[in-house]
Amino acid sequence: MDALDLARWQFGVTTVYHFLFVPLTIGLGVFVAGLQTAWHRTGKEHYLRLTKFFGKLFLINFAMGVVTGIVQEFQFGMNWSEYSVFVGDVFGAPLALEALLAFFLESTFLGLWIFGWDRLPKRVHLATIWAAVIGSNLSAYFILAANAWMKHPVGYEVVDGKARMTDLWAVLTNPTATAQVPHVVAASFVVAGGFVLAVCGYRILRERRDPDRTRPVRRGADMWRTPVRAALVMTAIAGAVVAVSGDTSAKLMYEQQPMKLAAAEGLRHDTAGAPFSPVPGVEVPMLLSFLATNDPQAVVQGTEDLQKRFTERFGPADYRPNLPVVFWSFRVMIVFGMTTVGLAVLGLWLTRGRRRGRRGEGPPRAVPSWLARAFLLALPLPTLAIIAGWLLSEIGRQPWTVQGELLTAASVSPGVGLGQVAVSLALFTALYGALALAEAVLIVRHVKAGPEPVPARRPDVPSGVGGNATAELQPTLMY
Amino acid sequence: MELTTFWFAIIAFLWTGYFVLEGFDFGVGLLAPVLSRNEAERKQVLGTIGPVWDGNEVWLITAVGAMFAAFPAWYAGMLSTFYLPLTLILAGLIVRGVGLEWRGKVQHASDRAWCDLGVMVGSGLTAFLWGAVFADLLHGSALAALVGGVFSLSVCALHGAVFVALKTTGAVRARARRTAMAVSAVAVPAAVVALSGIPAARTAVADWTAAPWLWACALTAMAALAAGVALVWRGREGWAFTATASSLALGGVALFGALWPAPLPGLTVAGAASGPYTLGMLTWIGLAALPFVLGYQAWSYWVFRKRLVAEPV
Ligand code: HDD
Ligand code: HEM
Ligand code: HEM
Repeated sequence: MDALDLARWQFGVTTVYHFLFVPLTIGLGVFVAGLQTAWHRTGKEHYLRLTKFFGKLFLINFAMGVVTGIVQEFQFGMNWSEYSVFVGDVFGAPLALEALLAFFLESTFLGLWIFGWDRLPKRVHLATIWAAVIGSNLSAYFILAANAWMKHPVGYEVVDGKARMTDLWAVLTNPTATAQVPHVVAASFVVAGGFVLAVCGYRILRERRDPDRTRPVRRGADMWRTPVRAALVMTAIAGAVVAVSGDTSAKLMYEQQPMKLAAAEGLRHDTAGAPFSPVPGVEVPMLLSFLATNDPQAVVQGTEDLQKRFTERFGPADYRPNLPVVFWSFRVMIVFGMTTVGLAVLGLWLTRGRRRGRRGEGPPRAVPSWLARAFLLALPLPTLAIIAGWLLSEIGRQPWTVQGELLTAASVSPGVGLGQVAVSLALFTALYGALALAEAVLIVRHVKAGPEPVPARRPDVPSGVGGNATAELQPTLMY
Repeated sequence: MELTTFWFAIIAFLWTGYFVLEGFDFGVGLLAPVLSRNEAERKQVLGTIGPVWDGNEVWLITAVGAMFAAFPAWYAGMLSTFYLPLTLILAGLIVRGVGLEWRGKVQHASDRAWCDLGVMVGSGLTAFLWGAVFADLLHGSALAALVGGVFSLSVCALHGAVFVALKTTGAVRARARRTAMAVSAVAVPAAVVALSGIPAARTAVADWTAAPWLWACALTAMAALAAGVALVWRGREGWAFTATASSLALGGVALFGALWPAPLPGLTVAGAASGPYTLGMLTWIGLAALPFVLGYQAWSYWVFRKRLVAEPV
């Protein structure tokens, strides 16, 4: 163990941790904004209750996204100072733009949203959540453009041992980025959709078990049907985007990061008409060549042959990433993620339309209990999938931090000793572990308590005018 | 002005904005247990920063991001040099942020007490350490770091107390004014020592003419702080807050003035800078975006301009 190993662990732990919260911020934010828009347009009380209910879950999660993100911003300089000096000219720009264009927007308008219920006209208040949501999604774009540059550096030249940007537009429209942004953002919507499904599934089961429904439920139809249907649609559409953009990513990987592709496939030698093996032992002939290039006969390079070529080109070293980790992450990502999407499509079919009664149209089709139980899986599965995707992406890039330009071993801070990294790694791990526990408890308690009753108000009356209704509204979202 | 100088000024502006804005957040978080006696008052006190603290923190994120983009070697050198203090600062910012966001969402009073503890410790620790880091950067001595830490901790507390006095009514307002007076007993002397240390780092004290601007900023900052104390005593909280904010701003200007042109030992601004292309692009985008950012942040302060009352829980 040296400082480099610990610095890598630290980056892995803190980044994966940050990314546990990010997808929910991205996807759930849009979901909440959609619910509030529905309330605004229809004036139906249950939309307001749902906005508040999911809004609170969103905020509990958002806090963690913010505080863990600051660590990310500092880490490049603290642990990876050689890397930062090498790439700062190119890589710093999207980070600075992210803060200036996205984080200010998001944090300011979210503050306005949380505290503005009774202070802003309703239309303006609705606009604040949309502005915050735009901020989150914009932030994803910038950081992913930066990350894509590490996989496929473009728009730069190396001068005096440092990367110098020559074309900002090329960096921001890097094909790797334009494939990665929809993939990650859509995957985030899958995670958020799955989260909503799991929460709703839990509530449905609980309320069915509890026939006298201690908390008021909308008369007639079950109030959970609306968010379930919305989340199913969101997950299914996002799933299609994930699959298409993932396929694009894989084709780019064939050209830009052949070692990662070979590792993801466990392909050791250059092979024409390479087969795809979903699990070891099962092979579908020529599928890999077809997936990577659209040509079933194309040659896909293997890890051992690439190792020889890289050694000739860059000098002796081991250019192979951790093969089993990359291989299995790829499968976990696809299988767990697409299972969730499949569940969403199935759910859409099973909850469609209205039940046919003997006398014409009956009530809307209810969510069967077994399906509600299956929804509970929609929380862990896509979360594991999205994390596995990052492990594939980042570990698969090793030993490079910037593909073909800078090795991880040459990126680490020379002046930071083993002891220092050990202290900070221990501190962050302990702190993050405790906070994860607290967040889980907080979310579970809030879901158990269910939506709070909200006095009905007409959407055309500006909130807070004259009534004491707002005083009852506040506790949900105020300090 | 050439681009490197301009970007140094931008970064100085962002850090200074951070000191002024997050300065009162830290003070409010630190003093909340002192300023409030029950849950209604606690909500009143923390409610003064509730809508704005996250936006204020983004000044830090932007300052650091801009350093990364414009002066990678400064960013990398400073962050890896102050490794352990920055680790603690990050930990402080984490517990503070989570405490602020979660305290309204927990059900039990004991959980809320944990949140309050996180807010207080996180605010105090971070306020102290920022002063210590910058004083150490300037003077390279442990004693200076201690003085800088005491200075920033006490000035943030004063600034925060004045802010609470400005934004609340009733018992909390009166208590905030008294607390401001008490804190000033530490803050003002600490400010005299720490602020005179800034120009003194560049020149011998006797030879003050060598850095007249730095001395002017440092002395005005001291005067503004003293004026803030007098004004809050007389109940002129708006002006008092303007004074303490100006004091922090002038202190920030003096600090970055003293760091120019070598923000780290052996590293000049020109040597640390990114290429002219990057700086040029960032300049255009930054200048186009900054008015909007400042505009909507100002608007959010305007929306929440009313004094808060303690509402029964
Ligand atoms: C719910 C999550 C999820 C799901 C269902 C999928 N992915 Fe994915 N994938 C991610 C979540 C993700 C991710 C975590 O968001 C990654 C990590 C880095 C990135 O760009 O996105 C990722 C990376 C990633 C990469 C690596 C890009 C690179 O490092 O250059 C490839 C090739 C794919 N994906 C391909 C696919 C394919 C072909 C999928 C199925 C049809 C698929 N992904 C489903
Ligand atoms: C702009 C964004 C990102 C940059 C610049 C970046 C950069 C890096 C760097 C410098 C390392 C250290 C090298 C190493 O540990 O081997 C690393 C490793 C890692 N990163 Fe990323 N990363 C980014 C985004 C992410 C995200 C969002 C995730 C996932 C959630 C992630 C997951 C990981 C993991 C798991 C490792 C450990 C890999 C290993 O040690 O083998 N990264 N990344
Ligand atoms: C390793 C590289 C990363 C860095 C340096 C980074 C930086 C940050 C910072 C500083 C924050 C806090 C912002 C605030 O206080 O408002 C944050 C939060 C966030 N980040 Fe990350 N992040 C990284 C990875 C990612 C990735 C890969 C994504 C998206 C795909 C992402 C999207 C977000 C979102 C949506 C938030 C939510 C909270 C917020 O923006 O305030 N981040 N990040």
